[in-house]
Parts: sequence; C-alpha cells; structure tokens
Amino acid sequence: MTKTPVLEARGLTKRFPGVLANDAVDLTLHKGEVLAMLGENGAGKTTLMNMLYGLYRPDEGEIWVNGRRVEMASPNEAIHAGIGMVHQHFMLIPVMTVTENIMLGVEETRGLLSRIPMLGRINRREVAGRIHSLSQQYNLAVNPDDFIRNLPVGIQQRVEIIKALYRHADILILDEPTAVLTPQEAEELFVIMRNLTQQGVSIIFITHKLKEVLRVADRIAVMRQGRMVGTAQPATATEASLAEMMVGRKVILQVKKGEAHPGQPVLQVQDLYVDDDRRQPAVQGISLEVRAGEILGVAGVQGNGQRELVEALTGLRPARSGQVHIGGVETTHYLPRQVTESGVAHIPEDREKHGLVMAYTVADNLCLNRYYLPPFAQGPVLNQTQIDDEARTLVQKFDVRTPSIYTHAGNLSGGNKQKVIVAREFSHPVRLLIANQPTRGVDVGSIEFIHNQIVSQRDQGSAVLLVSAELDEILSLSDRVAVMFHGQIVKVMPIAEASREKVGLLMAGSATADTDEQVQPQVIK
Amino acid sequence: MSEPTPPTRTTARRILSRVGKGLQIPILAIFTSLILAGIAIVLTAQTPAIGWQKVLDGYWGIVDGALLRGSGRTNTLVAMTPLILTGLAVALPFRAGLFNIGAEGQFVMGALVGTLTGIYLNLPPVILTVVVLLAGFVGGAFWGFIPGFLRARLKAHEVINTIMLNFIAIAFTNFMVRGPFKDPNPSTVQTLPILPAAELPRLFGSRLHVGFFIAILLAAAAYYFLFKTTWGFSLRTTGLNPTAAQYAGILPWKQYIISMVLGGGLAGVAGIIEVQGITHVLTEGFASGYGFDAIAVSLLAVNNPLAIIPAAFVFGVLRIGGDFLQIRAGLSVHIVSIFNALILLFVAAPAIVRSVFRLKSKEEEQTQASLSRGWGG
Repeated sequence: MTKTPVLEARGLTKRFPGVLANDAVDLTLHKGEVLAMLGENGAGKTTLMNMLYGLYRPDEGEIWVNGRRVEMASPNEAIHAGIGMVHQHFMLIPVMTVTENIMLGVEETRGLLSRIPMLGRINRREVAGRIHSLSQQYNLAVNPDDFIRNLPVGIQQRVEIIKALYRHADILILDEPTAVLTPQEAEELFVIMRNLTQQGVSIIFITHKLKEVLRVADRIAVMRQGRMVGTAQPATATEASLAEMMVGRKVILQVKKGEAHPGQPVLQVQDLYVDDDRRQPAVQGISLEVRAGEILGVAGVQGNGQRELVEALTGLRPARSGQVHIGGVETTHYLPRQVTESGVAHIPEDREKHGLVMAYTVADNLCLNRYYLPPFAQGPVLNQTQIDDEARTLVQKFDVRTPSIYTHAGNLSGGNKQKVIVAREFSHPVRLLIANQPTRGVDVGSIEFIHNQIVSQRDQGSAVLLVSAELDEILSLSDRVAVMFHGQIVKVMPIAEASREKVGLLMAGSATADTDEQVQPQVIK
Repeated sequence: MSEPTPPTRTTARRILSRVGKGLQIPILAIFTSLILAGIAIVLTAQTPAIGWQKVLDGYWGIVDGALLRGSGRTNTLVAMTPLILTGLAVALPFRAGLFNIGAEGQFVMGALVGTLTGIYLNLPPVILTVVVLLAGFVGGAFWGFIPGFLRARLKAHEVINTIMLNFIAIAFTNFMVRGPFKDPNPSTVQTLPILPAAELPRLFGSRLHVGFFIAILLAAAAYYFLFKTTWGFSLRTTGLNPTAAQYAGILPWKQYIISMVLGGGLAGVAGIIEVQGITHVLTEGFASGYGFDAIAVSLLAVNNPLAIIPAAFVFGVLRIGGDFLQIRAGLSVHIVSIFNALILLFVAAPAIVRSVFRLKSKEEEQTQASLSRGWGG
C-alpha cells in the first residue's frame, strides 16, 4: 500500500523509572480502517496511546499525521492534528447536558462582547444543532438536551465520541470501549464504528477481548511487554493464535476439567428476597442449591440482582426474607466475618472497591481475611514476620507478579490484583467458593490461571457458585447453569442442555427458550 | 509518605529517605509562609528599610524567644504538650476516615470533668493524679463518642457534629465556671483549684511538668496501637477502604466509634493535663485554640503519631515565638495572626486538598504508571 497513512508512529520509546514501557514501537493507521490494539494489561498499549494523544512525551521516536511530523506536547496538539480519544473512564460532567459537555473548552460565543475572552454569550443553540447533525450523520441517536446523569453508559460513550468528532477528529482512539458495556451495547458500538469508518474516520480500538477483535478489526496489532510483536489479519487469525501472540506462549482457552462428582449440598438458599441500595427489590424469591464438588454458574445480564444475591450470601447485605444455609447451618443473618469463618471464600465483583486496599502492601492485603488470627496475631499484637512469610509463600504459589511483597496493591496490574485476592481467599479451608465476575478486566494468562484454580477447588470438594456476565465463562466452567433475570432464577439446567442460544435468550428475558412443548399447541390453535 | 513502614521491613537508609521526602512539604510550607509574612510586614511599615529591619528583628525574636532562652525553651515544651495530644485526637479518627474538628470541645470537656474530680474527690496523692487523668480521658471520650456514634449509626456527618459540639462544650464549661462551680472569691471567674494531690509534678523548678512525658508516651502508644496491633489494622483498613474493610469482616461503624472515643479521650487528657500541670483551675476561655491548631499539627504530621511530636514542636515554637515576634518587631497583633494563618494555610493546603478530594500526589501517580507495565500474567 503506497497511500500515506493517516497516523504513523516510528520507533516510539518511553521509559519510566526502572521500566521500559514502550520499546521502539512502530504503528501505522490507514484511512477508514479499524486497527485493533491487542495486548495484556501492562503490555504498553495505554502508554503508546497516551503518547499519541500528547499526554506523555516520547523519549525517542516520531509521530506523523497525514505525512507531516507532529510534536505532541499536549492533548491540544493532538486534537489540532485531528486525533480524538475516548477514555475507558468517561470525562463527562453528570449534572450538565450533552451540549454543555461537548462544548466545554471550545465554547462558541456570540454577541457584542464575543471578541473579548470569557465575556461572550454562549451560543448554545448552534452547538446543539451541530451535535444533532453529527448524531444524524453517524447514526448515534444522541439527544443534545439530555442530562448526562440520566443516560445509560452506552449513550454516554457516544457522547464522548461526538465530543471528539465535534473537535474535528478523524482519528479516534477508543480505550477498552467495551469493558463497560453490556453485550447488546457492545454490538451497537460495533455498528457505530463501522458507520464511522465508512465515512472516512480511522479508529484505533484497544481491547484484550479476542472475540471482539476478530469481529470488528480490519487489522490487528499485538503488543507484549512494551514491544510491538506483530500484526495479524482477522481473516486468517484465530483466537488461539492471537492469544499466543499476546502471552508469548500457548494458552489453553478451553478449560480442561473432568467429570463433576457432586456430593452433599453445601449452599442452600430458600425463597430469598433482597433489596438493593435504593430499597427496591433486587432479588425476588430465589431458591437454589450448590453441592460439594460442583460448579453452579449463574448467567445473566448485569444488574439483574446478581450483586445483591452474592452480597446477601456473604453477609454484606441484609436479606429481607428467606433463608440461607451453608453446610446445614443457617447463616442468613451472619456477619461477613462469620460467613468467612464458616468456610466461604468470596471473589468479589469489584476488586478495587471490595477486594483490596490499594494503599496497603501486597503482604497486608494477603492477610486481610485472617490478620486477627494466630499465627498472624498473638492476642491483639500483629506478627509482621509471619504475615510477610505467608505473603512470600502465597506470591510464589499463586504466581503473583509483583516487584516485592511490600509493593502497594494499587501498583499491580489487574490480573495480578485478582491473583492476590484468589490467593488470599483460597488460603483458608474452603467449603464454598462464591466467585462474582472473577476474570473481569483480567488478561488472558491470568484468566487461564484463575479458571484452573476454580476448577481445582471444585475437584477438592468445594461447592462453587460462579456468577458471571461472560457467557463463555459460564459455559466453559459450569456443571449446571442457572439463568437470572429480573431478580429471579428463570431456569436451572445441566451444562449439557445449556446451549449458547438458549441461555442467551433466557438472559434476555425470553421465557420461550425452554418451553417449546407449550408453544406448539398454541401455534396449532 | 502517608504510610510509615515499620522499621523491621526496611533498611535504615530507606527510612531516612522516606523521612527526608516527608519533610519536603512542611519545610517548604514554613519557608514560603515566612517569606510571604515578611512581605506583609514590609508593606505595613513606614519605609521598606524599616520594614526589613522589623522582619529581621521579629524572626530573630521567634528563634530567641522560643528556643534560645531557658524560659522560652520550657514554655515551648509546655505548649507542645497539649498540641501533641490534641494532634493525636485528630490523627486517630483521620486514620479511620473521619475528620475530627472537635478536639477543642473534647479538650474542654476533659478539663471540666477532670477538674471537678480533682476538686471534690479526696484520694491519696499519686492515685488521685491518675484518677483525675482518667476522668479527663472519660470526659473527652464521651464528647468524642457522641459524633462517632451519630456517624456510625445514623451516617450524620462528623464534621458538622464535632463543630456544633465545640460550641456546646465551650458554652457549657463557661456556664459551669461562672455559675455552679465558680470560686466564691468574687474577683475571679474560675473554679476552685484542684487538690494539690491531683497536680502533676513539675520538673527542675520550671513550668515543665510530667505531662510532657505523658504526651510523648501516649504518642508512642498511639503509634504502636495503629501499626502493630490488629485493632489498629482494622481501624486503618476502614479509613483506607471502608467497603473492603467490611468485606474483610471488619465492622466500619465500630471503628468510627472506637477512633472517636480514643481521639476524644486524648484531647480530654490534653485538657486535664493543662489543668493539672499549669493552671490548677479551670477558667473561662480555657481551650485557647489548642484543638484547632491540632488539625494543622496532625496534617503536618500526615496523621502519623510519631511525626506529631516534631509537628507539635513547630507549632509550639510559633505559639511562644509569636509573642516575641510581635514585641520585638513592634507589630500589631493582627500581623502576627496573619503570619500564623499563612503558615497554617501552606502547611495544611496540600494535605487538605489531597485528602478532602482523595487525590493522589504526583509522585504516586508516577509510580503507578511505571509499575503498571511488565507484570502481566
């Protein structure tokens, strides 16, 4: 291809104290294509994007836009060169409207005083008009007058996209855009991305989800440990080949597990009702049972009561009515510590909020559930030597990649944070494992590791309740699948009967997926 | 810089570099405010030359008055004593995630309860001293318990409640001092003196009393409590991440109450020590701002109980030296207030901004960026 690339990076290098974050990275983006940037957490994708967007200055190397060399000293130069970035965490002000958010920083003014900085009247109507036409042009369906706080996450993301387009961006960097979206919203985003590229916008799409890459990318660039390790074409690449490029070794994407040998019931839930934070019913009459040595997967779109269910089981949230038994003992009104002490390990949904104390060292985080027990404490006095020794053992055993056990947990990558939690939760006798989204935002290598750990807990005789919004995770790990919808379990089935389509339909609230027999007579009528 | 690493974990060099880093901001803050206050003094003088002379005289006055003269040195240590304790009263709740603005009220309540015990309870010497100290602790602890409980059980914001309780405590104490417990001698507005058996012994024939060493000891004890015990671990975990604490089986509401009771108690001890060691009576307007300076002390020390000792020293020097600054430079009392306020502002600003808005310092962000790479599974 001889056409000038719209964006080209040549030999970009960025060093942080003690680390080479980007090592002579080359990157080419052509007009109207979706270039997927694939790499594990910490592979250097974000550093690279931050250099392209002017947030970091490269130590070496050049950036060329449309055949001209550009010096990116700040995001202003990047925006001027037509580069827009949609961050993973949105930069929107909830109490302002779409229009106000978009014109923030580039307010257009009119009236007598408009020539004087900061004194002109803001020309809201014209901005709203332009937003409306951009929204139409790219089929984004955004209303300029809506308040951000009332918009679902998927729409907020589109506002961010419009914000970039409004600043005349024709190169868009999307940083893990699907991490915050439901599967349906992600689908809509892919359609939008197609629309954009057809009209000449070029997109860099950062992700670590292999399926998405194969679906939407025109070209795939893979990074590993600060280097660009190669590019691939979606037509010829497979998930396995991409995973291997990312991790640098063969990765088993399919979990290897033998037959389940279910024993006695460990977790028994009867007719449980739980309210959410706004005191609305979130769990509405759930009954389920998990036996020793089996994995029950709870599938469901996020926000259907899974969080409240898990929190009620672990003592973090009161149950309104119903009963929970663990190992035959009623634990409905147990405090979190009592639940833990009755042999429950809990991998929480939000590891940064619930699972870890970011400002604590890895060692202190590893003893968070047992610090008050011997040998870590003698009476009320902490025994730091014991805590540190245990931490060294666990870091080794669970392959936590950390510079030292005194590193703050906040400085670890997502996968390693999760390993710290897994290591801690599995370090006391476990009878029941409750894992909520155990691999969200975790790199491929760590996913493999965590999945194997969950299966090995099962094989050692633990009961496992796995809650996940990732259908693939549910289908590859579970022995039985329960589908949750609107706070209820709509169906429980053995894994053999759980097809992708069937579970997907049940997740979406379609009750017909399992009622073929009943449907037919009606059709005849 | 926020987390003191226990010495067993690091080499002496790392500790030193940490301490060095920790000192950067306070030293810069004091230096900046000295310059700005100097400019203010120059601007208010008749001519710049006279102004600069005043600045030199005044600043030398601080050093001379608070550090060089024997009496100044003792007075500085005496002023440090309540500052250490009230500093701890702010630091402990802060570690649990609460902002205790109420040290002033807890200080006077401790002094009130302790003083009354010291006047009316007739016990042998050493025993009475200890009982009165404990009574001071109980008075302050009760005043800390109220906002702690309100926060723990009703989620009522502790900042508002501690401020309100300051007014109540001060007004109530003034009422008691003027009314029911006024010394019958009509010329003074104060209580009867505490029994001599309740007094804290003075040392070297100066105003320095045993209370100073009690304060140092309690600072060390608070450090041990926070960083070496399971109780302190629970408390700090709550302060750093209450949801993770709850998940780990800690009950955050309990930590809120414990930290406020301990903090209030220490402020109460500060109040009663001031009575037992110095005044021997309770007067109107007794607190004189120790509880408010405490916020600055604690912030300057980044809520580390051991660092509170030098931080209290800085503010002790300013308290004592401020008078000399005024006299030597012939300044109005307002200029001295400006000077104190500037120091407070610069010392507190970065810490306040960082903690109130839960911001990370630049330094932390840098380490985060640099470490996030290269450790992927």
